[in-house]
Amino acid sequence: MPSIAKPIAVHPSLHRNAIGLNLRDYEGAMSTLCAGCGHDSITAALIRALWELSIEPHMIAKLSGIGCSSKTPTYFVNGAHGFNSAHGRMAAIATGANAANRELTYIGVSGDGDSLSIGLGHLCHAIRRNVKMLYVIENNGVYGLTKGQFSASADVGSKSKRGEANRMSPIDPAMLALSIGATFVARSFSGDKEQLVPILKAAIAHRGFALVDVISPCVTFNDHNGSTKSYLYTRKHMQRTTEADFVPPASEILATIGPSGTTTVTMHDGSVVRFSAVPKDYDPTDRRKVLNYLQENQSSIATGLLYVDETVANLHEMNGTPAAALWSLPYEKLCPGTAALRELQEDYR
Amino acid sequence: MKRTNTDDPAYFHKVVDCQWACPAHTNVPEYIRLIAQGRFTDAYMLNRESNVFPGILGRTCDRPCEPACRRGRLDGKPVAICRLKRVAADLKGEIGHLLPRAPEKKNGKRVACIGAGPASLTVANDLMPLGYEVVIFEKYDKPGGLMRSNIPSFRLPEHVLADETAAILDMGVDIRYNSPVTSMKDLLGHGLAGRFDAVFVGSGAPRGKNLDIPGRNDTDRIHLGIDWLESVAFNHIESIGEKVLIIGVGNTAMDCCRTSRRLGGKDIKVMARRPRAYFKASPWELEDAEEEGIEIVINHAPKRFVLENGVLKGMEFERLEWDAEAKKSRVIDTVIIPADDVILAIGQENSFPWIERDVGIDFDKWDMPAVDETTMQCSRPGVFFGGDAAWGPKNIIWAVAHGHAAAISVHNHCQGIPLTERPPDRMNLITQKMGISEWSYHNDYNPVARQKMKHVDLQRRFEELSLEVELGFDVEQTAREAQRCLNCDVETAFTAAKCIECDACVDICPLLCLTITRDGEEAEVRERLSAPAVNPEQALYASTPLPQTSRLMLKDEDLCVHCGLCAERCPTAAWDMQKFELLISYAGTAVTEPALAQV
Repeated sequence: MPSIAKPIAVHPSLHRNAIGLNLRDYEGAMSTLCAGCGHDSITAALIRALWELSIEPHMIAKLSGIGCSSKTPTYFVNGAHGFNSAHGRMAAIATGANAANRELTYIGVSGDGDSLSIGLGHLCHAIRRNVKMLYVIENNGVYGLTKGQFSASADVGSKSKRGEANRMSPIDPAMLALSIGATFVARSFSGDKEQLVPILKAAIAHRGFALVDVISPCVTFNDHNGSTKSYLYTRKHMQRTTEADFVPPASEILATIGPSGTTTVTMHDGSVVRFSAVPKDYDPTDRRKVLNYLQENQSSIATGLLYVDETVANLHEMNGTPAAALWSLPYEKLCPGTAALRELQEDYR
Repeated sequence: MKRTNTDDPAYFHKVVDCQWACPAHTNVPEYIRLIAQGRFTDAYMLNRESNVFPGILGRTCDRPCEPACRRGRLDGKPVAICRLKRVAADLKGEIGHLLPRAPEKKNGKRVACIGAGPASLTVANDLMPLGYEVVIFEKYDKPGGLMRSNIPSFRLPEHVLADETAAILDMGVDIRYNSPVTSMKDLLGHGLAGRFDAVFVGSGAPRGKNLDIPGRNDTDRIHLGIDWLESVAFNHIESIGEKVLIIGVGNTAMDCCRTSRRLGGKDIKVMARRPRAYFKASPWELEDAEEEGIEIVINHAPKRFVLENGVLKGMEFERLEWDAEAKKSRVIDTVIIPADDVILAIGQENSFPWIERDVGIDFDKWDMPAVDETTMQCSRPGVFFGGDAAWGPKNIIWAVAHGHAAAISVHNHCQGIPLTERPPDRMNLITQKMGISEWSYHNDYNPVARQKMKHVDLQRRFEELSLEVELGFDVEQTAREAQRCLNCDVETAFTAAKCIECDACVDICPLLCLTITRDGEEAEVRERLSAPAVNPEQALYASTPLPQTSRLMLKDEDLCVHCGLCAERCPTAAWDMQKFELLISYAGTAVTEPALAQV
């Protein structure tokens, strides 16, 4: 825990975004995580992405479950709404919150324990429902909060701090998500904000559920030789599969077509994701090709915006819900009374 | 880009903006910390080491440190460094036993100092403890030089001046009052005062500039500013007319107008040729004068003195209109402004009628002695200049700096060491880490505004000429002001080999000083910084390549608040907070003496 709160002195030439806020207006409380934790870097990337998108803090909802990762919503955007749920239940709570108020920007932060062990079922169904939200998995391969046991994302052969190797096969959240119909799948690294920030922005602009798996080294329990989720190992094995820029709505797209071809995907809100480099025969809109690619490149850590599909309806669109948040509906319409209920029930007799 | 060499004491020294800007390189942050801890005596003695006159300078310094202060770049107002210095001087305890002493056994070398001002006194301060016999020749019957004759006692009380000059003279300096040196040739030729091994000229810039316009010599009511102040200081003048005009708008003009106010002046105008942005006076001195009801009139150029029957009635001025940069002016019309007395405060200059031009001391085309900027020696070996005597009017703190430099030269000269073999400045770097997230300095940032000095009530202050106007800071003000200091001497020291590039320091830095990025040409790398580097005067630290990616750690020193969060969030202690102490060499510091090891 740092000795002091971050000094309130602000850089005099710090830029302001479209709604007049500077970067530091998107900060939260001081982090109590270990010094050097990858999660803090992801927090910093979220702060930057939300600031660059000029989202009003009070129109953001931050949700999390239990774990080191799930502490982090406290560390960004003080002015946002927040909900810290029971272990693994963040996806379910977010689904409910989103159903009731579709006007907020939902940022879910979870870890490999919260999402891939206790909360795996909830994660899968939020993906299936295509709930419009950013779902970040801060993935470090260990249970840091309980002192470093292997998590469900630990690779076979990866060694614990004491030297024993993991033998159970890992769950790869990206491949899992692709296999059950996810519409936005990305992987990045906490130590690579140049890549992470545009991915987070694209994820927030996405029409439905956006899964961002971020390798986030645990400095205390999983940053040693033999770990496959250390800073050094990740840097050595990371392979930037796609290079993508996020272009906000109504901006001029200055496309420079690279040797490996350029693809642009127009997002639902009019913004554009421009892939400036993708491997030969790789199409970030072709689920089968992406799955194959990931299957074939398991020895490296493939990062980038791996897959995006803007054509699939989200939770609200599938269910034909009202266009506005439920709180804004007149009470009589939201709860039409006993007579209306009886009439509805009659329909099913 | 070029890697930064932090082994050179100059790098970290430059980060301590105040100390770097101070001609005497006073260790400002350390003495402010001592004040915050209530250790006023220690703070005073630390000050005295480099600036010799903390009590005097705490009231009168020109404060080159304050415009340089990093705090000023953050919230617009620098730390009130000068005022804090005065706090240490006012509240110090017994210091007699801590002052330097001269040894019983002398080293057999005699040094003559001309003038008992701050430059000569500093030379004596540095040389007496080494066993030199120092003889000071002073034209008046009291020590202090321009500190006594030109700074009014309502700004600098007599007892402060007396205490701090006595601290030096009481080491056994042979001071000869009422002894103006009238012939350098005589002094150098082993005249009445005997043989000297070295001579230091610290005689100031004692001649006020004249204004040769019609009427100048037709009345005795036109005064030269510094001479007039001197006459007031020595009680030769005790009153002035009701209507007073001061010509010129430097700090001497401020002293003249405020002194006039206390000697009977009622309607006092300071007449300036140019607009306010071009005034020479320090802003705080202008403020103090205006608070006392002095009117400052801009864009008026003196044309002639108006006399009627031999009596001064006023002055005629041309009213000017300046272009945007105040370079060219146009006369609009002329006005006559009534006056009983006029004081000329348009500058002062050196004058050496007592130095014969055939003693081997070269003078340049402006009739100034040719003095070496490092050694302070003139063209004649063994003769040194310092203070205003060297290059014209500067201020007390420069005189002190010159005195220290000259003392080193005198010592080398007398010991047969080449003047260029000067003891180098060294440094100590000591980690401030006490534990996890625990430092031995107060690292929090206090957003409190600069404290305002309390002044004696306007009604009271004109009753007595020597009533000091500034009251000093009270305890609460001192505590608040001390906390505004950013501890710039607690430096961010980086060890590239330990860095794992986790970004924690970059993410936590409140002022976005840090960047990890790939190497390149400096101009291009500057484009990639976390926040724009707006101040090219400030250093951009560049590490050696980092172990994992060969990128560089960069730090823009400009706005760092030295909060230590980079070091607290660093998992490998690649960043550390280390207190920088500049070990300044003075006369007698052995060149071979090693600095303490870096911890």
